[in-house]
Amino acid sequence: MSQDLLRLTDVTIEFGPPKKPIRVVEGVGFSVAKGESVGLVGESGSGKSVTSLAIMRLIGGRVVQGRIELEGRNLLDLPASALPEIRGRDIAMIFQEPMSSLNPLMTIGDQIGEALLLHGWRDRTARRDRTIEMLHLVGIPNAEGRLGAYPHQFSGGMRQRVMIAMAVACAPKLLIADEPTTALDVTIQAQVLDLMKKVRRELGMAILLISHDLGVIADVCERVIVMYAGRVVEEADIRTILTRPQHPYTRGLLRSVPRRNHEAERLYQIPGSVPPAGSVRQGCPFRDRCELSVSRCAEEMPPMFRFGSSQSAACWVTAAAEGVAQAGAAA
Amino acid sequence: MTRYIVVRLLDAIPTVLLVLTLVFVAMRILPGDPAVAALGDFATPEQREAFREKMGLNAPLWQQYLTFVVSSLTLDFGVSMMNGRDVLGLIAYNLPYTIELTIASVLLGVVIGVPFGVWAATNPNRAPDSAMRGFSLIGYAVPDFYLGALLLIVFSLNLGWFPINGGGEGFLDRMHHVFLPALTLAFIKAAFLGRLTRTALLEVMGRDYIRTARAKGAREPRVIYRHGLRNALLPLTTGLGLTTLTALSGSVAIELVFNRPGLGKLLISAIAERDYAVIQGGIVVFALFVVAINLAMDLVYVLVDPRIRVS
Repeated sequence: MSQDLLRLTDVTIEFGPPKKPIRVVEGVGFSVAKGESVGLVGESGSGKSVTSLAIMRLIGGRVVQGRIELEGRNLLDLPASALPEIRGRDIAMIFQEPMSSLNPLMTIGDQIGEALLLHGWRDRTARRDRTIEMLHLVGIPNAEGRLGAYPHQFSGGMRQRVMIAMAVACAPKLLIADEPTTALDVTIQAQVLDLMKKVRRELGMAILLISHDLGVIADVCERVIVMYAGRVVEEADIRTILTRPQHPYTRGLLRSVPRRNHEAERLYQIPGSVPPAGSVRQGCPFRDRCELSVSRCAEEMPPMFRFGSSQSAACWVTAAAEGVAQAGAAA
Repeated sequence: MTRYIVVRLLDAIPTVLLVLTLVFVAMRILPGDPAVAALGDFATPEQREAFREKMGLNAPLWQQYLTFVVSSLTLDFGVSMMNGRDVLGLIAYNLPYTIELTIASVLLGVVIGVPFGVWAATNPNRAPDSAMRGFSLIGYAVPDFYLGALLLIVFSLNLGWFPINGGGEGFLDRMHHVFLPALTLAFIKAAFLGRLTRTALLEVMGRDYIRTARAKGAREPRVIYRHGLRNALLPLTTGLGLTTLTALSGSVAIELVFNRPGLGKLLISAIAERDYAVIQGGIVVFALFVVAINLAMDLVYVLVDPRIRVS
């Protein structure tokens, strides 16, 4: 595991007043290897965005427990003054809303240039050249002529390209993309996803892609982490997830992805909704919506069971059916 | 952008005409005969008639209106009914003092208010924020003429640091004279701009692009000033325009308290003496100023916001 770029161990995040905290993320652990692309999937409220913002230490909540290590260094131990050096240089991030994520009063050339300036690109001409290079990379036509343009002069898709150019300008080791295509048209979505794959290939960075859409994740990622109600419930490579999902929640997610050849059918919907943050104190958080749940699910939170070499899931029922061991013990 | 400016300039024309009309109507419906006011109760009817004839008060109303508009636009306000001095000359002498007071008070207000607001916004619900709240409460609650008198007693009368009255001669002396009155007016401006800065900045600091700035590794001062405050400038520009306007009206009371020359003081004494020509001229100049400030604010928007520049 020495080649892990990012490793989260038992990360627990709370919001609200310290005396009456609300647990939004609990005991989350996963890792991203150098150059790997990992997807983080789950419904709204599953804690995936909070987890990703916690990696950047950009959340208002408190990480009360656990470690977030970048190349072995625990980011949670760093003083706030050390964070700007890491943000943008080691880990960069793009967000869901391209329309509002760019500063409306700064030209895009200045905004990309600022990312470079903040990480040691002192020379103006070099900055300019790099900015143009980045705009070329993300497919902005006439890059040189558009340095002086303002965000409002770009469409949503183009703005997301600019965001990507800005994020990858300093060639970060990890790019976190929080729902980068959710706000975009479907056709533009595909273009932006292709762009992310291209950028990753050319700059050799790892990607952590957060999405509620398994289709988007399957397009870009090699491995998937499924989150539900603030916990990791399943983890596997993408092929295994798509063919042999073990957690009932993952199965539900897969059944609710629209398919081209099943047009007439009504799309599957997981009954119920994600329990409010902090409301599940005992047992499996998915049990109320689960078709398989047994009495044990209400009593004890299932640990991660290891199904095969690259898959683990937190479910008592499927683990018993497959007769597999707890993840920690087997690996 | 040229189009925007031209449109704004054209927009100002009806405003000016409307203002002139209002002034004209207001002057005509005021109770009392200007001839009686100017000549006194003991003037003979013949004298009054001659006065009316001389002042053009016998002409039909529409003709009076046209004459008034044309002469106002050419800045020909006639002569004072009291002492026969040229109204334009009186205004030209007094106006610089009022402008000086307005500019000084707005500058002081910005210099005190904006940093205070930033300080409060970056420490929400903590001591600086409470201090800001207290300050703005006092700023709004204390009447400027009272504060002016207070400052005058403490710093001029007791300590002798500042002159007691007058406008001063020469740049340094004038600045010395304008400081206390400007500070008086700046007090409420700082309270207003401080609150405005706090609210605007707090709102901006919650925006997505602020998170983007932090995510690319900008340190907090850069995030606040380059990304935050610059975006907060848009609502602040509006506030600045409003507060400049209140400085103009505020100057009326302050010029009296500090007994310094100025348009406000000129107007007050003209009203006391029923000097219609001076009142009319003074109000027109005041109104033109208001229109000019509004116009200037519209143009400042263009500088601040690139989105207006293009559309």
